[in-house]
This record gives sequence, structure tokens and C-alpha cells, in this order.
Amino acid sequence: MELDFSSQGHYLVAFVPELILTALGMLVLIAGVSRRLARDPERSFDIGWLALAGVLLAAFANGWMYGVHEVGTQAMIAVDRFRLFANWVLLGSAGLAVVMSMAYVDRQRLQAGEYYGLLLFSTVGMMVMAAARDLIVIFLGLELMSIAVYAMTALNRAERRSAEAGLKYFILGAFATGFFLYGIALVYGATGSTNIARIAVEVGSGSAQPALLALGVGLMLVGFAFKVGAVPFHMWTPDVYEGAPTPVTAFMSAGVKAAAFVAFLRVFTVAFDGVWDRWWTIVWWLAALSMVAANLLALAQLNVKRMLAYSSIAHAGYLLVAIVAANQAAAAGMLFYLLVYAVMNVGAFGIVLIVANQGEDRLLIEDYAGFGQQQPLLGVLLTIFLLSLAGFPGTGGFMGKIYLLQGAMGAHLVWLSVVLVLTTVVSYGYYLRLAWYMWMSEAPTPDVFHQVRAPISMRIALLAAAALILYLGVFPDAALEMARASVDALTAFGGSAAATP
Amino acid sequence: MVEFLFIVFAVVAVGSAAGVVLARSPVGSLLFMVASLASVAALYVLLEAHFLAAIQVMVYAGAIMVLFLFVIMLLNLGHDYRRDLRLTLTALPLFALTGGIAALLILRFRGAEQAPIYRFFGGGDAIDAALAEQGAVGAIAHPLFTDYLVPFEITGILLLVAIVGAMALAKRHVDDPVPAPAPPAEPLAALDASAEEG
Repeated sequence: MELDFSSQGHYLVAFVPELILTALGMLVLIAGVSRRLARDPERSFDIGWLALAGVLLAAFANGWMYGVHEVGTQAMIAVDRFRLFANWVLLGSAGLAVVMSMAYVDRQRLQAGEYYGLLLFSTVGMMVMAAARDLIVIFLGLELMSIAVYAMTALNRAERRSAEAGLKYFILGAFATGFFLYGIALVYGATGSTNIARIAVEVGSGSAQPALLALGVGLMLVGFAFKVGAVPFHMWTPDVYEGAPTPVTAFMSAGVKAAAFVAFLRVFTVAFDGVWDRWWTIVWWLAALSMVAANLLALAQLNVKRMLAYSSIAHAGYLLVAIVAANQAAAAGMLFYLLVYAVMNVGAFGIVLIVANQGEDRLLIEDYAGFGQQQPLLGVLLTIFLLSLAGFPGTGGFMGKIYLLQGAMGAHLVWLSVVLVLTTVVSYGYYLRLAWYMWMSEAPTPDVFHQVRAPISMRIALLAAAALILYLGVFPDAALEMARASVDALTAFGGSAAATP
Repeated sequence: MVEFLFIVFAVVAVGSAAGVVLARSPVGSLLFMVASLASVAALYVLLEAHFLAAIQVMVYAGAIMVLFLFVIMLLNLGHDYRRDLRLTLTALPLFALTGGIAALLILRFRGAEQAPIYRFFGGGDAIDAALAEQGAVGAIAHPLFTDYLVPFEITGILLLVAIVGAMALAKRHVDDPVPAPAPPAEPLAALDASAEEG
């Protein structure tokens, strides 16, 4: 099927996965207020299964989209393999997050309809960001994703910190949105278009007004750096990750970050490709600062959610290396890493949920004492996720870092590669400390973890996530080939290739 | 005549914008803002953008400002805002920055028919042609439902999400309709005991 966007119907076809997810999101909202489901709190699981069905249907549609081809790159919506690969990551993290949420939503008496509805709408926003080939659409996708996540962050009425985190995230996020929008306006002023392909032509031919363009690019960089949580725009991350309900934190750390990085890559390596030599040093420093500061601060954390928050900032630093490098290998490595990161991070938060008793109870690192001895299977799974986050050979996290390093070496970023390797070594300190507590420390009472709240669906999802991590660590070729083919669709990286010898 | 009106409304718009920043009370700031937005609406009329002017009055000067007023008057009653609104020296560099950007924009677009912004957009002539052909409403509606259909539809979902999110958070303090709601964070032992019985 060929789309040239000459008629409005073509947009309907280009949006099939998003439309399915939106429709299911509305259905979930209606189910949440229907009298039969609302009266019985035990039915919150059913609403969760409905949401999961929506994610699976959208994933099916995403697979079908591989048979649809577009003509030209002028439309507001891209139908390329880059978008479809990103959709796999986003739908995967949404699906995992839904499964991880079920017991928590049930136990905390969250409003299931609103919770799952917002989760699906937020995923729609992320997919719109991945698909957008126009700055207006990117902005709307960003807001759709963010507003839903702000509300989800504050949704837990039993926790004061949840409301506080929601307010903090909302105010700082709105501030960052202001920067982003101002950046878009200035880029429009400099180039005369919000279409990424047209901006690329204007920027490449040098006819864009340099001062306005520099300001616009800088402000948009601030907006993106806030969303991915890069130092020094990371201040919100630890507090929001700690205060938000844990399944929301898991979803946020995987989905929001992946969507922001995908849009970041498309905007900066396609639209602003021609001025790569002017923005790469700034991103270089963002990446280096994120890696160094976040890994050192994570060493000092006592709360597991805060530790994983700093870990996610550190991972933002690793991924920024790919944006600095701006070549095929680095971008493919970034897609691969996003896939692995989403799976392993949601998995780790899933175990945190189980230890925290599907609530916000036991979140300190010392609370994990004896967990491995009493729950060997879950202990092994958490160890796999932690080792993968640290980048241990044999796990997907290791291969992801190797591909990022390949991309960085292709762009001759020697020092940044050195920083990446050294900070990875530092990160072993805090990941393995958690594992050490889990396996080597004695539990305060011998039966703390004899009964844990882990529904069978959650256990299956965790097992599948760990299996995927190990599979990608041992046989990464298939996924990497897919990522490479996806990146080829971007037709980017001219500026960086010309600038590096 | 048009130039005289333009100068009057432009002075009112800029003057009341300064009033927003300088006013001593938040309600005063708000009223200045209404004046500023209303005179911008008058400027739209002078540009023959009648539809935009009507929308500007209804949405900004009307609905949004009334909401602002409600929120300020409902929240923090009796709170003295004077100290919150103090103008400090740190604001000066920000004024300089925004002034600099404004100067840059003016320099960029002053009489610049070859500026890139006109290459895709067509400039004033294109607007005049569209106005003559479709009228003020059509000139906005046509691109909105053709070229910008995708952003328009996404905005619809965005508004839905904003409403759902606001309702979900506002409902927080109302008692659950659920019969006998269990307290969310009771000790594990009690729950486990009940689980074993069940």
C-alpha cells in the first residue's frame, strides 16, 4: 500500500496503531465509570486486561504497518521503519507497565479506569512523537504524553509524596515546555517552516538566519534535555521518580525517555543536521556531565527508587553519546539500547514493586536483605536486570553499550567513550550493592519474604523480560539488523559525516 | 485614521503589558492583562482579521482571564501578595534578553520579502487573496481542516486527556463509591491472614 497523503484518508491509514490505542483508551475510560465495574473493586484487573488488549492490538497494527509505504518525506507523519521500531519499544514498555500495574492499582485502590486510560493516551502521545515529521506534531505529542503522566504521577491519594511529585513535575515540565515551544517558534522564524524535511533543506543550504536558528536550537535542546532528564536539567527526576506510584515510575523511566530520545534524534540529526558542528559540543557536555554526576550521586542513595532515578539519568547520558556521534552505527545502537533499557528497567521496577509489597513500604536498599534467599526466582530475575543495567557481558545492556561505543568511535569521540566506560565501572558499585544485600545479608526475621504479592501474570512478564534481556545479550544480531534497517530510513547524518574526518 | 487608531491601541497594549508586571496586586495585574489582550484584539480588527479579533476577546480576554480571576480570588484568600510580586534586579537581564530577541526578530523581518518565512507562506499578498476568496473564517478554517488536520485532531485527544487528568485528581477527596473501602496501606500480616482464610 502506498501513501502520498494526497487525500485525508491516507492520514487515517498512517495513524492506524495510534487510532486503535486511542479507541481502546476511551473504552477503558468508559469501563472505569460503568456501574458494574466501578462497584466492585476486584474488577480493576479486568480493566487492566482491557488496556493490555489495546496495547496488543496496537502492536499487531504496528506489524501490519510494515506493509505500508510512503511517497516523499513532506507529510506531517512519517511512515518509516524508524517510527515502527520506536513503536515496538513504546508499546513494549506500555504493555509491561500495564502488567506490572495491575496488583498495585488493585491494592492501592487507584481509579482503574482513569489510570489505564491515561496510560494508553500517554502511549499514544509517545507514538505521535516518534511518528512526527513536523515540530507542531512533536510538540502536541510531547504534551499529550506529559499531561497524562503528570496526572498519573499524582494519582495515588494515599501518598502525600505522590501529589507533591505530581505538582513538581507539572510545574517544571510546563516550564520546560515553554522553552521548547519558544525554540520551535524561533526555528520557524529562522527557516520559515515547521516541517523537519523543509527545515533540513533551509539549514543545509545555509539560508536560515544564524542567530535565530542558534537560539531556537538551543531552546529546543533545553526542552529535550529536560524530558530525557540529562544533567543539569535533571533536578526533577529523583523527587518525581521517588514520589510517583512505582508502576508509573517504571512506565515513565522507560516510555517517556524512549519517546523523547526518538524525537530528539529525528529533530537533531535530520532537521539540524547541517549545523551539527555548532551543537555537538553542547550535547557532548550534557552527555559527559550526566554520566559522571548521576553515577556518582547514585552511589550515595539509600532509597532504591532514587537510586534507579539516578541510574536513569546516567542512562540518558549514555544515550546522548549516540546523539553527539550522529552516525548510522550510533543511531542503530541507540534504538537497540532503548529497547533493552525499556525492558530491563521496567523489569527492575517490577521487582521493586514486589518487595515494596505492591505499595510504597519497603524501598530502602537494606530492606532487600535476605530477599534472594527467600525468593530465589525473583532474586535471580532482579540480579539479571541489575547486571544488564550495569552492562555485564552476556546481557542486553552490555551489547547495547558496545554498539553505542562503536558509534562513538566511528565519530572519533575518544574522550566521551572513555567517560562512558569509566562511569560504567562506577555504576557496578551501586547495582551490585543491591544484589549483595539481596543475597548476602540476613533478613531481620526469617519469614519476611515468605509471602509476596506477585500475581502470576506479573511473574510471567518478568520471566519474559529477563529472557529477552539474555537473548539480546547472546544473540543481538537480529535486533541490531532491524535497528540498522530502521535508521537507514532517516536519511540523515550528512553534516556530521562531512565534519568528521 | 487607521494609523491614529493603531498608535492608540498599540500604546494601550504595551502600556498595560507593563502594568501587568508593575501592578501591586494580582487582581490589578489581571485587569491590566485584560486591557492588553483587548487592545491586541483591536489591532487584529485593524489588520482586517475580524474572526481572530472575536476569538481573542472571547477566549483570552473573556474565558481565560475570568478563570484566572476566580482562581486568584478563591485560593489564598487574605494572603498578602505584595511581597511575592516585588520586582528585583534579577529581572533586568531577562528584560535585556527578551528585548534582544525582539530586536533580532525586527531586524530579520523588516521589509524582508525574501525572508524564508515568506517562501512557504506567501506573505501578505497570499493572506489578502485568501481573505477575498474565503472570508475571514474560511481563511482560518480551510488550512485548519486540510493542512493542519493532524495537529487539530491530536489537540482533541490532548484536551480529553487534560480533562480526564484534572477530574481524576480533583475527585481525590470525595469518598469512594466502593462499599467498605479497605485502607490502602495496612500491615502485610493482616492481609496475609485474610488471604489465607480466603
